[in-house]
Amino acid sequence: MKVEKEILELSDVTVRFAGDSGDGMQLTGMQFTNTTALVGNDLSTLPDYPAEIRAPIGTTYGVSGYQLHFSSSDIQTPGDSPDVLVAMNPAALKVNIKDLKHNAYIIININAFDARNLKLAGYETNPLEDGSLEGYNIIQVPLSKQTSMALEDSGLSAKEIARCKNFFALGMMYWLYSRPYEPTMKWIKDKFKDAPLIASANEKALMAGYYFGENTELFTTRYQVEAAKLPKGVYRNISGNEALAIGFVTASVKSGLPLFLGSYPITPASDILHELSKHKNFGVRTFQAEDEIAAITASIGAAFTGALAITTTSGPGVALKTEAIGLAVMTELPIIIIDVQRGGPSTGLPTKTEQSDLQQAINGRNGEAPVVVIAPSTPAECFNMALEAARLATKYMVPVLYLSDGYIANGSEPWLIPNPDDIPEIKVKFRNEKEGFAPYLRDENLSRPWAIPGTAGLEHRLGGLEKANITGNVSYDPENHEFMVRLRAQKVKNIEKDIPELEVTGDNDANLLVIGWGGTFGSITEAVARVRNSGKKVAQAHLRYLNPFPRNTGEVLKRYKHIICPELNMGQLARFLKAEYLVDIDSFTKIQGLPFKSSEIETKIENALKGL
Amino acid sequence: MINENRKENTEAEIKYTAKDFASSQDVRWCPGCGDYAILAAMQRIAPELGIKREKMVWVSGIGCSSRFPYYMETFGMHSIHGRAPAIATGVKINNPDLSVWVASGDGDLLSIGGNHFIHACRRNIDIKILLFNNKIYGLTKGQYSPTSERGKKTKSTPYGSVDFPFNPLTLGIGAGATFVARSLDRDPKHLQSIIKRAAIHKGTSLIEIYQNCNIFNDGAFELYTEKETKADNIIILEHGKPMVFGKNMDKGIVLEGLTPKVVRIDEGKYSINDLWVHDEFDKSPAGANLLAEFQEIEGFPHPIGVIREINKTTYNEEFHSQINKVKMQKGEGDLKKLLNSGNMWTVN
Amino acid sequence: MSEQIEVKDLKITAKDFVTDQDVRWCPGCGDYSILAQVQRSFPDLVGIKKENIVWISGIGCSSRFPYYMNTYGFHGIHGRAPAIATGVKVSHPELSVWVAAGDGDLLSIGGNHFIHTCRKNVDLKILLFNNRIYGLTKGQYSPTSEKGKITKTSPYGSVDYPFNPISLALGSGATFVARSLDRDAKHLQEMIKRAAAHKGAAFIEIFQNCSIFNDGAFDILTDKKTKDDNVLVLEHGKPMLFGANKNKGIIMDGAKPKVVEVGNGSHREEDILVHDEFDESPVLATLLAHLSDDPAMPTPIGIFRQISKATYDGEVEAQIHTVTDKKGKGDLEKVLFAGNTWEVN
Repeated sequence: MKVEKEILELSDVTVRFAGDSGDGMQLTGMQFTNTTALVGNDLSTLPDYPAEIRAPIGTTYGVSGYQLHFSSSDIQTPGDSPDVLVAMNPAALKVNIKDLKHNAYIIININAFDARNLKLAGYETNPLEDGSLEGYNIIQVPLSKQTSMALEDSGLSAKEIARCKNFFALGMMYWLYSRPYEPTMKWIKDKFKDAPLIASANEKALMAGYYFGENTELFTTRYQVEAAKLPKGVYRNISGNEALAIGFVTASVKSGLPLFLGSYPITPASDILHELSKHKNFGVRTFQAEDEIAAITASIGAAFTGALAITTTSGPGVALKTEAIGLAVMTELPIIIIDVQRGGPSTGLPTKTEQSDLQQAINGRNGEAPVVVIAPSTPAECFNMALEAARLATKYMVPVLYLSDGYIANGSEPWLIPNPDDIPEIKVKFRNEKEGFAPYLRDENLSRPWAIPGTAGLEHRLGGLEKANITGNVSYDPENHEFMVRLRAQKVKNIEKDIPELEVTGDNDANLLVIGWGGTFGSITEAVARVRNSGKKVAQAHLRYLNPFPRNTGEVLKRYKHIICPELNMGQLARFLKAEYLVDIDSFTKIQGLPFKSSEIETKIENALKGL
Repeated sequence: MINENRKENTEAEIKYTAKDFASSQDVRWCPGCGDYAILAAMQRIAPELGIKREKMVWVSGIGCSSRFPYYMETFGMHSIHGRAPAIATGVKINNPDLSVWVASGDGDLLSIGGNHFIHACRRNIDIKILLFNNKIYGLTKGQYSPTSERGKKTKSTPYGSVDFPFNPLTLGIGAGATFVARSLDRDPKHLQSIIKRAAIHKGTSLIEIYQNCNIFNDGAFELYTEKETKADNIIILEHGKPMVFGKNMDKGIVLEGLTPKVVRIDEGKYSINDLWVHDEFDKSPAGANLLAEFQEIEGFPHPIGVIREINKTTYNEEFHSQINKVKMQKGEGDLKKLLNSGNMWTVN
Repeated sequence: MSEQIEVKDLKITAKDFVTDQDVRWCPGCGDYSILAQVQRSFPDLVGIKKENIVWISGIGCSSRFPYYMNTYGFHGIHGRAPAIATGVKVSHPELSVWVAAGDGDLLSIGGNHFIHTCRKNVDLKILLFNNRIYGLTKGQYSPTSEKGKITKTSPYGSVDYPFNPISLALGSGATFVARSLDRDAKHLQEMIKRAAAHKGAAFIEIFQNCSIFNDGAFDILTDKKTKDDNVLVLEHGKPMLFGANKNKGIIMDGAKPKVVEVGNGSHREEDILVHDEFDESPVLATLLAHLSDDPAMPTPIGIFRQISKATYDGEVEAQIHTVTDKKGKGDLEKVLFAGNTWEVN
């Protein structure tokens, strides 16, 4: 019998899927995300998975989560606190409950709440019975049982059937939030085309979940979130790592240089290597090196021979590449070092986000070794900043350090796909003329010529020893050394003329400025918007260039009485700004391996405003 | 597009001389250093290699011998300590048309750079590695190296080093190198012939060169290079030839089972026909390893020449044939298609 | 009487090596078995006190090992375990120092420390958990993956040749080189005990199944149906026989090994190559290391070679004693007041 259900219109929802690392929660979350994107909502995601590949089933440290915030208007973050939690087992409930909104819905796989699993999760009493879940809306679904009933005749083993339950959950959520199931059906067909039994089981589970929502009285209300009013065009949902990878493929096409990636797998940067290794038909050269040092030095070798050479890693890898970055500074070769930051120091928190490599990026080398440092602020911006990194590196013959972070690398958002024809060429000119050639000649940008092996008559030798200007010969001359150190610094400093000014958004006449960099952009933007909506004045600025800073940075900072600088570290940008511009900065920091919640920054702004 | 920028040498085939490979830089090694002889041998044989100067790239790390690229009128990079094989790998992958050479000392290649060395051998990337083995750290002024003999007294081991040395040949073989040879700084003709062989070989080529450091380890190889002692202490390996050595060519190596033995062939018991015949191309590395181990056995000569050469596709060949294959299968990369992939939707 | 009771009470069992940490490997991972075999064999190690055991690791799934051993332990950084272990052993030679490392950790990023440890003959026991894949970073090919392997970083097949870890260890001068299987509990325990008894760098390559990213990589060597015909168990002084009924053997055909049938008239057991693990020359060990390059040949497990050689840590210690004997115990005052000194009044 069909139950009549009310449909409620919502403006935005935050959902979190959580279960064992083997439960397929990342996949479920991504499917829900893709479908949500197709419906036209704006969205933002936060995958959160453990460092263990597959920790023992049922334990709290094996819980994998995927959070998605979707809305009918423009949003910036994956949401502070979920409205809905799908908990596949007790451990998933235990780990996630503290983050939920008051009154949040918790959809529970009741079949997983047996004595064994409760014990594994560390529950002494059953939270479903001991009253500890009071204040939440609990929906108990016999998810495992329903799945196995639906797949009784599938011909699969009990174990294989159990693995389909995430699709049941997904189907149920599709119904609850009025999303179409067809895109996932199509995906299943494609993904399991070589395993028709599995494909049909997953399809069945998905539909069973969908109809379960429709038919059971557990759900009395159904929700709808209207499409967001985004600018016109074709969109796709994209993660930061993906955007970065195809950004560099685009840079390769636009510059005419073959893309060379030297890399060693490391969380959370490996996905870039995975993505680029697929694009061999663009002539992309991916070299999985024996270690981090070989990864960057092979890139330096490739840059010497005229490649668009990049190396991808995370903080511990940058530490190992340090000496080689110095070599690229000295040889003035264009390489791009991508650091997808994670919690440090040392091995730290490999799967968690942090912004604590800024000092390492700017200063972490022996000697005076300036490099360009840039940082995208959203997943989609990773694309544009890849083009920018390639432009700056090749134009100025200088290493560029590109600071992404785990949060934007794994997070995703809708991306308005650009027309490749509209993307400007990256002009690169190799030196061909023999006449008047010297390896360390300077052009108007203080760049030296890029003369690559194979060019007759331009044979020359590069190296890490100090170079005489123009001739490039080894030089121990004291004056020359000082001249070259200053020249290399000047070359990087001059780039401030070639990058956009720091833009201030919000209230120009505010007394308070919030300045940030990198992946905190979403949280800051949302916090500033909330405070402004309450009628107070706040200005916001976000740095995408960390070395050199945009040329008007000092002027901007001096305009405001109070400057808050939120960072996921101990105040590294704040320190640079203070040192450079002699302004007071109210450093606001969080070091938990987690992104800021907008509410945290909002409270900080509110409190600061009270004192002004 | 890259090809437009890469100017080919269109002039008629240039006849080079050794001088064409000498750069304008003053050579700054200590007078009497073995490196001079190696540089001269390289410059002398270079015109015979059929490699255009602009297509030759020399990569080095740090150390006395790592100054080598400065003195070759080719492209070159004097890089950072130990990383030459990795940089050379990047050079070769990105432009496989180049002939890529590494000049490296025993500290550079086998101590700090050991990992890149063994991985280059494993991959069989087509680079030529000249190991300038002087069994000492020269540039840092005389500490023992990973090829120094045990008990060596140096500045960092005043009571004698307690380290066992590497055998660079067994290490190269163990790591899968496809061309492993040894030569001497003081035997220019032999050295030139081995360099030529390495140049022709496709794949990672290792030439260990016994090189005298006349400041910190003078005479380390005298036994093998000086007229009076040389003949009895080295054995020149030649493919298909029995292993004979000695001043009067009266000694030889026989193989008893898997055990080698030095015998006299002038005393009636053994003749030249009983001797082990060198097979450079033996697929199994066991024989090569045995040869490489001669130096560890009392009374055995040090083998000189090509220890082993086997044929195996190179990393760079496979790397690029894969790219071409994917291009054939998927078509040349199309940026529009790449950007417009995945789940897309249109906002009107 | 009382003595006997005391011995019984003090007897350490496998359980004493278990820590209070939950083991966090994937269900079905070969690491569980390796951990169990280590814990089972450790009570039998002669003359090694539990408090003198130190486990060092780098980064990777198997590098979590020290957390699960109730001994001293150190989860280091990627690839550096042999170097950290060298420091431990040289400063405290009385310790029994063990390294747990994966194929990525030991042979890719840590290759240099590995070969130098072998060369120096530092008295460390190195367990290579070789699953031929990168597990912790979720499935990329490793330096021991077979050529052509399709993984996330090699979607069109890897173009890398793999290392032969046994050959590399031999080439670097290791004095104890062995191989075992995660699923052969008894053999693995035996190898662990033999390594413990060896003085010098002891290397055991353990074929280990990664049930998530490279499942079944070693099935042919561990499955009941196929293992007899594909595994050659090396034993010192014994002919190299294999097969369900030990009906196959290895002979030397000139310098090349060959498989022959034994007992059907053509070949007798006496013709079969006899293993000599103590052979000073590495040639037999090299032959065996490359035996399975030919797919028609079995894969040897057991000790390929073990030779006796002074250890680095032992020699460092001995040198200190020699110098102290010769020069007398160090006198700080002498050091400070050495050289040209003068007095200002």
